[in-house]
Amino acid sequence: MKASISLRGAVCHVAVLAALAGLASVQLSAQMLINGAGATFPAPIYQKWFSDFNSVDSNVQINYQAIGSGGGIRQVTEGTVDFGASDGPMTDQQLAEYQQKHGFPVLHFPTVLGAAVPTYNIPGVTASLDFTPEALAGIFLGKIKRWSDPAIQKTNPNVTLPPREIVVIHRSDGSGTTYCWTDYLSKISSEWKSKVGRNTSVNWPAGLGGKGNDGVAGLVKQTSGAIGYVELIYAVRNHMAYGLVRNSAGEFIKANLSSVSSAAADAAEKMPADYRVSITNAPGKESYPISTFTWLLVPSKINDAGKRDAIKKFLKWALTDGQKSASSLQYAPLPKALQSRELGDISKIH
Amino acid sequence: MAATTSTVLDRAPEPRARGFWRRLRAGEEIAYLIALSAATLVLLIVGLLVYQLWISSTLSIHAFGFSFLTGTTWDPNAGQFGALPFIYGTCVTSALALLIAVPLGVGASIFLAELAPPNASNVMTFLIELLAAVPSVIYGLLGIFVLVPLIHTYLAPFLTATFGFLPLFQGTFYGVSFLSAGIILSIMVAPFIISVSREVLYAVPTDQREAALALGATKWEATWDIVIPNARTGIMGSIFLALARALGETMAVTMVIGNTPAISASLYSPGYSIAAVIANEFTEATGNLYLSSLIFLGLVLFGLTIVINAVARILILVTQQKGAA
Repeated sequence: MKASISLRGAVCHVAVLAALAGLASVQLSAQMLINGAGATFPAPIYQKWFSDFNSVDSNVQINYQAIGSGGGIRQVTEGTVDFGASDGPMTDQQLAEYQQKHGFPVLHFPTVLGAAVPTYNIPGVTASLDFTPEALAGIFLGKIKRWSDPAIQKTNPNVTLPPREIVVIHRSDGSGTTYCWTDYLSKISSEWKSKVGRNTSVNWPAGLGGKGNDGVAGLVKQTSGAIGYVELIYAVRNHMAYGLVRNSAGEFIKANLSSVSSAAADAAEKMPADYRVSITNAPGKESYPISTFTWLLVPSKINDAGKRDAIKKFLKWALTDGQKSASSLQYAPLPKALQSRELGDISKIH
Repeated sequence: MAATTSTVLDRAPEPRARGFWRRLRAGEEIAYLIALSAATLVLLIVGLLVYQLWISSTLSIHAFGFSFLTGTTWDPNAGQFGALPFIYGTCVTSALALLIAVPLGVGASIFLAELAPPNASNVMTFLIELLAAVPSVIYGLLGIFVLVPLIHTYLAPFLTATFGFLPLFQGTFYGVSFLSAGIILSIMVAPFIISVSREVLYAVPTDQREAALALGATKWEATWDIVIPNARTGIMGSIFLALARALGETMAVTMVIGNTPAISASLYSPGYSIAAVIANEFTEATGNLYLSSLIFLGLVLFGLTIVINAVARILILVTQQKGAA
């Protein structure tokens, strides 16, 4: 009896030890947890990338919070996250703030491309309208008040536009989409540039504010005669009618993956060293004029060697394999020339 | 030969009893201390809140001073920040909400407490208290998908037709407006008024009611002239609770108010409230002055709440004294 008890006791002891060893081994092969935060626009593709990358390297788990571009910039400057994401590049002042706080610069890495499209709700009009830059600026400045205004009607001779009042819908929350839209308007209208300017949040001369892309879309759907701007991806996924915009070459272009990529192609050659560039109103016959890059903001110095290697590995993957899944989610991938240039710059992270 | 009954006073207590009393007294001390520290903790938190708000808004206070409260431009790009449109919006929507909710709420609570059969009263109270538990975002969704179209189709044309001569109902109605925000807020705060007022009305002693009825009052006269004045302080308290919720309500308001910093006499105009602008712009605010101005707005809301509460309480005090005289 004693022998059997001691055997049972021994088996119990071995089981406990094995469990402990198992626990210890789990702790030894440590999960690398990386935190990022920022723009809501690329959140869908980033989430897909992070889960795909986890199947490539199961030790690395990246957690992303879509709190907005401004939030991303602020948190990466504070140092509460390992990387940030923004639809608008950091200004010189924000870069200087970062440099002053940390002692080393923060790097921008463009990841995918997106666009902002004008969506409208005019009862009786189902066709896609053509918008000139002057028309868009006039509408959003509140100077063009009716749909039948010659500035809009002239470019749409085949559509009878009613004399209905135009209701402008804009974003009430700070947003990279707003940055892209106001950046474009600032480029094509000096009045907009002096009166309103470009920012993630501006003092809109006219219109109602909706929260998020869905808020704007909801308000546009509910209000007759409304016009608003939403992300291309959002408009496509929700089957919303949106108009064409005339680009700098004089062509009316509808936003889609190829026209957005064309906008980036020219910029790729003239891209500055830090990748902070605006590609709104880009040259090129096929380019959609209201396109934008979205950037990952990565510190150039990461003290934790494990995190540093994981981030560099992820960036390399995102700029090569990750680009392949971009178009399935309606994001335009980067031009090849840009991809190779960025891959070289990953070594700047030390 | 009479047995000497010894009382506690006559002889010293036994050592064991003395220890027990000491322990009991010490227990009371501890209970007192715990209760005291809980109360001071609450005060400490309030103090800390105000202190933090103050510290974080010093940049904006130095840049704008009092002109922040009177400025009408909110331009993050140019660095111009003025709080007046938001203060206006907060006050207008809260006032409208109370204007609708107070008669509705007090009336409903009178019905539930005095006039309804007890079973029906309990069921309806349960449902109404459920309303108070619904999250703010759900009310916002209810607002944009149900309420705003309803107001647009039925209420606004009626108001324009009947009261269109008033500056309150002029201009085009887009759906999102002070009016919609006020109405959704009134739906949100009415349950607070109803449930607290009902409890307060129940608490009025039955002999008051019976005395009134015995003197020949009708049920309604007893309710209106005797019970309600008795419960007045409690009902006022419930209105303050409702006001506090209305002033601070964020998500429901931002979904139906139009998010445009405009000051307009018309209830059809879109507007903005302090809580809504902070919720919309805080996460994306870059730049220390921008952030500081948003926090200054929070401090302004805090101050607004205190001012409105103080004014209301003074008014009540004055009317009570007048009534007594």
